[in-house]
Amino acid sequence: MPIVLYRVDDRLVHGQVVIGWGKQLSAAFIVLVDEAVASSEWEQDLYRMGVPPEIELHFATVADFARRAAHWRADSRTGIVITADIGTMAALCRAAPPVPQVNLGGVHHKPGRRERLPYVYLTDEEFLALEQLAREGTEVRAQDMPGTVPVPLASLR
Amino acid sequence: MSDASRGVVVAHGVLAQALVDEAERITGQRGALVAVSNSGGDRAEIERRVEAAVGDGPAVIFVDMPCGSCFIASMRMERERKDVRVVTGTNLPMLLDFLSHQAMPPVEGAARAASKGHDAIRHP
Repeated sequence: MPIVLYRVDDRLVHGQVVIGWGKQLSAAFIVLVDEAVASSEWEQDLYRMGVPPEIELHFATVADFARRAAHWRADSRTGIVITADIGTMAALCRAAPPVPQVNLGGVHHKPGRRERLPYVYLTDEEFLALEQLAREGTEVRAQDMPGTVPVPLASLR
Repeated sequence: MSDASRGVVVAHGVLAQALVDEAERITGQRGALVAVSNSGGDRAEIERRVEAAVGDGPAVIFVDMPCGSCFIASMRMERERKDVRVVTGTNLPMLLDFLSHQAMPPVEGAARAASKGHDAIRHP
């Protein structure tokens, strides 16, 4: 199976990801792509505590991911990729194409962002960055949990 | 009571406030615990909420689960502060016991609360 979910979630690895998506997709591994976490063994240990033993958790920078993307995509098991922010996901899509679809799963309120969905707040710049990703061939949609209806990017304007 | 450890409950959604409300209702001690929810916040925002709730003095942070955004924000505070300790798997019995032993330093208070919370998990 390829990597079946590329998710932007500013809480990274948490219950919705592990229990919600992980079980639904029968995920065998998660790749957490984040520059800060990739350089912090302390944070990595904390994130490992949230993952059951049957799921592998890997940590990578965007550059690391690009180097190992072929390996993870060729894995016979199902994988999930997570970034905390849109900028990192956009960089990942360009550094390691193809990424057919990006899931906005949790982008919470910050100054300058406007509510698009209860779990998706975006600045105008972030929305434009997502539109650019879509023009480059990556479908973008919002969906917090597997059982909810996905919302296309155009509806988040 | 100025050296008493503050109790901060950090949990998903409305859970923290519900635990605080019930602990205060049972003991009659109002304002002894502070509730922090992760609702609507990213990691940085949840960390800000925890930091504000802890304040400057000693504290024990009670977290619902040993993983996730509440846990990581709380552990970051514990890492930065020698007078802050984290307990996970929060339940009402451990909060009730903590409210009777707030004068204990956070290290001892957290250990005691964890033990009492664990004792309350039974299979009669």
